[in-house]
Amino acid sequence: MTRTADTLLEEIQGPTPGQMLRKRVFGHQGLLFGVAVLGLLLLVAIFAPLLAPHDPYAQDLLARMQPPVFLGGSWEHPLGTDHLGRDYLSRLIYGARISLLIGGFAALISGLIGTAMGVAAGYFGGRVDMAVTFLINVRLAMPVVLVALAIVAVFGGSLQVVILVLGFLLWDRFAVVMRSSTLQVRSREYVTAAQAIGCSTSRVILSEIMPNIVNNLIVVVTLEMAHAILLEAALSFLGLGVQPPTPSWGLMVSEGKQMMLFEPWLVAIPGITLFVLVLAINLLGDGLRDVTAPENRS
Amino acid sequence: MSEGNASPPVLELRNVSKTYQIKQGMFGERKPLKAVNDVSLSLQRGDVLGLVGESGCGKSTLAKILLGLEAPTSGEVLVDGEPIGAQNRRLLARRIQPIFQDPYSSLNPRKSIRDIISLPLRVHGIGDSASQDKAVREILDVVGLPSRVMNSYPSQMSGGQRQRVAIARALIMKPEVVVCDEPTSALDVSVQSQILNLLGELRREFGLTYLFISHNLAVVEHLATRVAVMYLGRIVEEAPVGALFDEPRHPYTEALLASVLTPEPDLGVPDTHLGATYPNPIEPPTGCHFHPRCARVMERCKGVAPQLTSDGEHSVECHLYGQESGQAVA
Amino acid sequence: MSEPVLSVRNLRLDIPIGAGTLHAVRGIDFDLDRGETLCIVGESGSGKSLTSLAIMDLLGKRIERKADKLVFDGTDLTKAGARKMRALRGDRMAMIFQEPMTSLNPAYTIGDQLMEALLLHRKVGKAEARRRAVELLEKVGITGAERRLSQYPHQLSGGLRQRVMIAMALMCEPELIIADEPTTALDVTIQAQILRLLVDLTREMNVAMILITHDLGVVARVADKVAVMYAGELVEAGTAKKVFDAPMHPYTRGLLRCIPVPGKTERGSELGSIPGIVPSLVGEVSGCVFRTRCEEATEACRGEIPFRESADGRHNFRCVHEAGRRAGVEEPA
Repeated sequence: MTRTADTLLEEIQGPTPGQMLRKRVFGHQGLLFGVAVLGLLLLVAIFAPLLAPHDPYAQDLLARMQPPVFLGGSWEHPLGTDHLGRDYLSRLIYGARISLLIGGFAALISGLIGTAMGVAAGYFGGRVDMAVTFLINVRLAMPVVLVALAIVAVFGGSLQVVILVLGFLLWDRFAVVMRSSTLQVRSREYVTAAQAIGCSTSRVILSEIMPNIVNNLIVVVTLEMAHAILLEAALSFLGLGVQPPTPSWGLMVSEGKQMMLFEPWLVAIPGITLFVLVLAINLLGDGLRDVTAPENRS
Repeated sequence: MSEGNASPPVLELRNVSKTYQIKQGMFGERKPLKAVNDVSLSLQRGDVLGLVGESGCGKSTLAKILLGLEAPTSGEVLVDGEPIGAQNRRLLARRIQPIFQDPYSSLNPRKSIRDIISLPLRVHGIGDSASQDKAVREILDVVGLPSRVMNSYPSQMSGGQRQRVAIARALIMKPEVVVCDEPTSALDVSVQSQILNLLGELRREFGLTYLFISHNLAVVEHLATRVAVMYLGRIVEEAPVGALFDEPRHPYTEALLASVLTPEPDLGVPDTHLGATYPNPIEPPTGCHFHPRCARVMERCKGVAPQLTSDGEHSVECHLYGQESGQAVA
Repeated sequence: MSEPVLSVRNLRLDIPIGAGTLHAVRGIDFDLDRGETLCIVGESGSGKSLTSLAIMDLLGKRIERKADKLVFDGTDLTKAGARKMRALRGDRMAMIFQEPMTSLNPAYTIGDQLMEALLLHRKVGKAEARRRAVELLEKVGITGAERRLSQYPHQLSGGLRQRVMIAMALMCEPELIIADEPTTALDVTIQAQILRLLVDLTREMNVAMILITHDLGVVARVADKVAVMYAGELVEAGTAKKVFDAPMHPYTRGLLRCIPVPGKTERGSELGSIPGIVPSLVGEVSGCVFRTRCEEATEACRGEIPFRESADGRHNFRCVHEAGRRAGVEEPA
């Protein structure tokens, strides 16, 4: 057959998208650092009971405010003890659970809400788009911290309340980004081709559009995770987030602030951990954006 | 169109119109835009109907109506004599399939070639995965690709190879009609000819019927059996390819044909005698929509819309050919 | 004969990439006289657009430009600095791009953009610049020129925008216009109008033009001289008449067989094609670049390929075979 002869000569060139992705991932230092730190903290959070040397709630009023080893403390409490004599390292380790839990669930809830709204707006356009855009504008007009403070003040602070409040407040960026990504992809001819094949609307969205916008979604997930973790810390610092004695990093900073002038490490240690976690998540997000963005065309 | 043909046309459009309501400005009133205006066409099995016209003339809207992606505002589309409604897009999908212009945008970059080509089978629940794989292999062979490309991704292929994949996807359901929307205009010259040859072969082999939309009249002349010329939503001339290219009747067709640049260095750039501006389709000119750009305009063209006149195979909508045709204004 | 307005010898463009060097353009030679139109024709990846950008020095830092000679209107462009090039661009040499929507700034009026180059390069007042803008808009066939000056690009159709681009290119009466696929995005009827305008104006104003295109029909109708590029090399060059009437290089012949010509090609017949793909240009490129797709290829095509010049120097091609065909193959009648 003549028509095969023509194209057999044309070799299939280049790596698959998967191979290209792998190559870029392993060439991106920021991304690798982010993954390493986040992975480490995730392991710490999961295996907290095994790793923590003490019970994070156990008070020892005789051993209050012992300094960490590097400031002349003992190995009994490597990072010292707080104003109630609780082991600071153990509280830090359990605190990772709180931060990641809040970051993860808040991003999950807001991601579901925002993605659903954004994709619907971008795909259907018209009135749906108008409604969603209106909701986004309403949401953007609300100051997050003040609203969160008000709700927590009414319903009382607890882990669940903080997660729900943040989850229902942080969806705006998801909606904005997913809406514009969907708008871009929906005009591609492969979407029209899928419609002409007879695909149902849900199939077109889930199998043709979603795979092409999921990279943007992942980036927003990381950004909002970092956002949620910082907001939790801020709320806890103000006393309206997670309630004592739960070991939250923001709460630890808050509890240490009275002694800050005399024992600056009480604030510095949870502060630095918080900083490293948020930095790692942001590096991960930036890295993911870099490695997934230039994919569609060579 | 031809009488004495017992079987109904494989595809028929009866007085199809599509009107959009266009809002001008933020608080402007909505105005109707007749993208497709009372179009009737019929294709016999094995026909290749070339549809030509400038951008904005409505040819892409017409393609969308045929594919069931847009519902006509009025009129009927019939496949094998049965009217199709907007509600059974899935059934229509088995009979009419598209091939698009840009092979870079028509294949989902995240899917393997196997997934792209087998999607129609999976959507319609035809066969199990083994028989679907077999069908993909067969259709790849038909379009001239080796079966090892099944596991490749679109980004690994050249433009010509991608267009072959798009053709394979369109043909795997064995449709009767293929709507080709500028299928070669994004391809290099040497690849374009391969795809045109392939489309020609496939038509002969499978008895396909094409609606071939293109702005490249040389390509249309080569592949089409019939040609329809569209202007501002209306078919202004329709004829077998030979009649249309050898004896064009409508002044717009003449201008289109004159603007074809063949590789003949002695001829220079032709003068099309067309004004520069394509009219605003929201406020089309009165009378014959073409009259402001027409080289052979008459007084009557400005006020009275021309009626379709037909001598069997060749129909044209122009006052020059009406029964009461008047004198051309010099 | 007077000095050519543009003279290019052995132009080479290298792009360093991870694995080595991509030799994108290799050894381009041509001369262009005043008022003459050269069409560079080639498929994607032939280096035709890079060549035009190299002349304008718009390549960007990543691409290395080397040339034995690159002289424009008495100026040695290989030695011209960024300041000198800026002074030349838009004044002595102007460019027209494919997509008039993206090359016109949507934030400024047509008038502002037309007058900008003149105000930048010449010591003229606003009134004078405005008068010139109106004059040129009328010249490119735009009616109501005065009124158009205050319009924005989005208010014009594609064809009108391309006319504005042409007017803009002509504002400073350049010696050279480079038009990169100026009509590819336009309808056929508009394409003919724009090309006619370009041909008429360059003749009338005695401007040299380089027109980059993939469309052989455009080349045949517009060009005085043709340069056929394949994979970064000039494979055939000559007057339009000679190249189209008696194409010598197998690639040129192959291209011409690929396109259907109304009235000449039999309807529905099999069109010619060029099997295979453009070879990789990374690393050492030796022998004839077209040999992998050439039906005339022999063992000798791996070696040194001579650039064959006709007696009058007006039709040249690069091929080992003396007549562009394998020895012993009769030329079809």
